[in-house]
Amino acid sequence: MTDTTKKRPEFRNINPISDLTTYRLPVAAKLSILHRASGLVMFFLLPFVVWLLDTSISSEFSYARFTAAFNTGAGIFAGWFIKLAVLALIWAYLHHFCAGLRHIWMDVSHKSVNKEFGKSSAIVCFAISLALTAILGAKLFGLY
Amino acid sequence: MSVNYGSKRVVTGAHYGLRDWLAQRVTGLLMALFTVALLAQVLLIKGPIGYEQWAGIFAQQWMKFITVGTLVALAYHAWVGMREILMDYVQPVGLRLVLQIFVLVWLVGCLGWGLQVLWRL
Repeated sequence: MTDTTKKRPEFRNINPISDLTTYRLPVAAKLSILHRASGLVMFFLLPFVVWLLDTSISSEFSYARFTAAFNTGAGIFAGWFIKLAVLALIWAYLHHFCAGLRHIWMDVSHKSVNKEFGKSSAIVCFAISLALTAILGAKLFGLY
Repeated sequence: MSVNYGSKRVVTGAHYGLRDWLAQRVTGLLMALFTVALLAQVLLIKGPIGYEQWAGIFAQQWMKFITVGTLVALAYHAWVGMREILMDYVQPVGLRLVLQIFVLVWLVGCLGWGLQVLWRL
């Protein structure tokens, strides 16, 4: 490399506190990072999910403990805390599901790969996943 | 071609490509189909859902069959996703290797537990 060669540009302004918070993220970008975050949340809650399955199908007694977990709690965790964890799981799953289908749609359809569809489909994903989260969450917390 | 064998062989980094990209999509779709199958059965239960109805779904042999597939699909799907996250955010190779091992142990453990739960029924 000679001295007259232009130095390759570097972009290191990605400090999470001082830089990332100042950038305007498009809807599609918000959906995308939440897709990653929701996957991460489900990864860490996976043993909890297996525990829910285990307790609910193993026996009548464990099923009783399962339903009790949502009211009086289980172990050191209070009932409301378990409900919150399940709500997080519900949101994470619905968001990841909708954004995932959107991913596959954009994989199989050339027509869908443009900025307009990126924006509109992201809005639809948010609408569907957040609405279903609200509906299922209301049922979970006994609002109907 | 660069030297990538013997003592210079690189064992981490993105050379997984097409197989795992496709596997993520396929496993995702399979899990989506399982969700529909499970949801349909739950919605078709008349009256309150007690132990008999809920566990009865998973006692059916065909449900056990597809649930196993779904659990394996989940483990693979999660592995590809977590590996992508680690590759994006953790540059030091030694640390990334340790974290990948943790992810694998976590996923294999959950998979084993899930299979055990299914077959106790």
